Amino acid sequence: MPEPLEVSYQELKHLVSERALQGDTVLLNMGPQHPSTHGVLRLLLELDGEVIINCVPDIGFLHTGIEKNMESKRWEMAEVMTDRTDYLNTTGNNLAYCLALERLIELDVPPRAQAVRVILVELERISNHLVWLGTHALDLAAMSMFLYCFRERESILDIKEMCSGQRMMTTYFRPGGLWRDIPSEFEIAVRRFIRMFPSRIKQYDALLEKNPLFMDRTQNIGKLSKEDAINLSVTGPVLRGSGVAYDLRKAQPYSGYEQYDFDIPTGTHGDVYDRYLVRMEEMRQSLRIIQQALDKLPYGPFRSNNRKYVPPPRAELGTSMEAVIHHFKLWTEGFIIPKGAVYQPVESPKGELGYYVESSGGNKPYRIHMRTPSFVHLQALPFMCKGHLVADLVGIIGSVDIVLGDCDR
Amino acid sequence: MGIEQKAGNLGIVTVGLEQVVNWARVNAMWPMLFGLACCAIEMMSAQASHNDMSRFGMELMRASPRQSDLMIVAGRVTRKMAPVLRRLYDQLPDPKWVISMGDCASCSGVFNNYALVQGVDEVVPVDVYVAGCPPRPEALIHGILTLYDKVRHEKLNTWT
Amino acid sequence: MAEEHLKLTLKALKDRFGLQESLLMKYPPALEAEPEKIVEICQVLRDEYEFDFLCELTAVDYWPEAEPRFNVIYGFYSHANNVRMMLRVSLNGDHPTLHTLEGVYRGANWHERELWDMFGINFEGHSDLRRILMSQDWEGHPLRKDYPLGYEEPQFSFNYDEIDQRKHHARYEEA
Repeated sequence: MPEPLEVSYQELKHLVSERALQGDTVLLNMGPQHPSTHGVLRLLLELDGEVIINCVPDIGFLHTGIEKNMESKRWEMAEVMTDRTDYLNTTGNNLAYCLALERLIELDVPPRAQAVRVILVELERISNHLVWLGTHALDLAAMSMFLYCFRERESILDIKEMCSGQRMMTTYFRPGGLWRDIPSEFEIAVRRFIRMFPSRIKQYDALLEKNPLFMDRTQNIGKLSKEDAINLSVTGPVLRGSGVAYDLRKAQPYSGYEQYDFDIPTGTHGDVYDRYLVRMEEMRQSLRIIQQALDKLPYGPFRSNNRKYVPPPRAELGTSMEAVIHHFKLWTEGFIIPKGAVYQPVESPKGELGYYVESSGGNKPYRIHMRTPSFVHLQALPFMCKGHLVADLVGIIGSVDIVLGDCDR
Repeated sequence: MGIEQKAGNLGIVTVGLEQVVNWARVNAMWPMLFGLACCAIEMMSAQASHNDMSRFGMELMRASPRQSDLMIVAGRVTRKMAPVLRRLYDQLPDPKWVISMGDCASCSGVFNNYALVQGVDEVVPVDVYVAGCPPRPEALIHGILTLYDKVRHEKLNTWT
Repeated sequence: MAEEHLKLTLKALKDRFGLQESLLMKYPPALEAEPEKIVEICQVLRDEYEFDFLCELTAVDYWPEAEPRFNVIYGFYSHANNVRMMLRVSLNGDHPTLHTLEGVYRGANWHERELWDMFGINFEGHSDLRRILMSQDWEGHPLRKDYPLGYEEPQFSFNYDEIDQRKHHARYEEA
């Protein structure tokens, strides 16, 4: 039976204040298994009564070695693992990986595939914000929000299952486009969702936005100023809540985002309530984008024609010898990416998700690094929670929206 | 047979002791919140209103191991987390059962590397394995019903 | 406008510090720097050329090439001008050390801890250099190329006798 491992006192002495060494303050362990930490996060709190003086996060309880594991799989096999890092934003991870590969190979993506990618990524953004809202409200003791949000999420999971067969880890985006074309029920289902959803957001707003209990627990809590946020490399809704209007979909658009018209919500105070308002508004803007993309959805091929990287359709195998050779090479050896490196950032619902992909000219990745937003935001957590109570800490962790699979990879 | 015919309309029923004990254990089994990774989201979906686990007796998920009797290990267990898992299992009072939900808990799934425990049964004894990556909520409920079948046939060999 | 700012910055850095363009990075444009001057270059980038955002800090291991064995990669973004650039620093295999960037960008703290944990790259002047992702008593640096993957061989019919998959802790029903 393995012995329990504890971070020793000697190692942490330089992180806690001198009052702790004299026994004046309490060192509390908010352990890896806790209902409000959204995963396996361990926080070491130094408390003076109930007031937090210092907070030291201890991560790594979900470190899966994905980066090293991807080095031993081929390019197309490694995409399966990208789903499982940030498991609430699976299509976003796939999109970042495919965009990085397409930039390295300089592969074209047809406009139909780009539009479908945008629709699915925005649906995933809404789904992520629904889980965030459900669990955040659950932590702050508004329990019925959890059930409402998961009910909406079932409609989105049905749409994903209709396209790819899987509810969560779809691996639907492949280098060059999509795995297969969208079915005919897709448009009907998405339109039904767009018609139904705005009234549901109104219901959530009616429950929480002007609720005096919710406002008391979230206003002036966890403030992060603009300069601090930029220096700490914070991105996404947390940065937008502090007042900086930085969104990668507008600043450096990818996959056809420049054709769509949407706003970027920002907050003013940088507290937990502002981040709540920013994310609610983001859900409405995502609906706008989906509506525009669905109206403009072009006909055409759903994957690139470059046979060196994309397998040929089955019908062609009966007539063309080159198709058979390409099929054989892709299935036995996989495709080869020329030597080079790229850093591709993408706006995930949590912040800036960046993939650093380096190839040494083989059929396996040489080095893949995922710059994940949760890792960086957890670093900023101690700055946000000094001087607050433990009950406020739960709200702050919820508002930062961390996912430990994203943080530890 | 005889005693029921004599005492039937007094409202007395005879049944085996094991059946009663197992019936009581099955109908109110409370799981412990041990969602680690992606499977935890499907476990939460199974608890939510679309596929409701409370119809099967799992009304609440208790965060404290002292107040629960089932541990659903949902997600991948790393070598850093394994001692924590074992400690929580030891803190569960008897009778206790373990469901290993998902591929990563059963056999470490897609990830065959240095950081993960290759199957949670290296650390705790498992009763039911539920396959899938992640398993659908219906699959998890099927796994729970299989566990119920297993518990209903358990023999009472110690007086605990 | 963004392109000109980028060209201006790259040219200024090349002239001032004698840096060269990296041929390996396709996007964003990257320069190769020396390990001793990295803090100075970052200070100049942040104060004079408005690159106030550190977006990436990672490393690559080129074992079995002994020198340079590691390549540490920094990524920067400028909010005011909407432009990205990267820096690459080469390090040798034995005792790789760099000075920490914590004074310039506070967000580099955990990235450097991760590089110490995964690659063994030492950062001088760091406030808290401990392992972050692996447990505290782990030996070795996992992302180096000479560290094994830890692959467990599955039991098929052709190697049935050599590998025992039964875990002695699991409860098996006596069939």
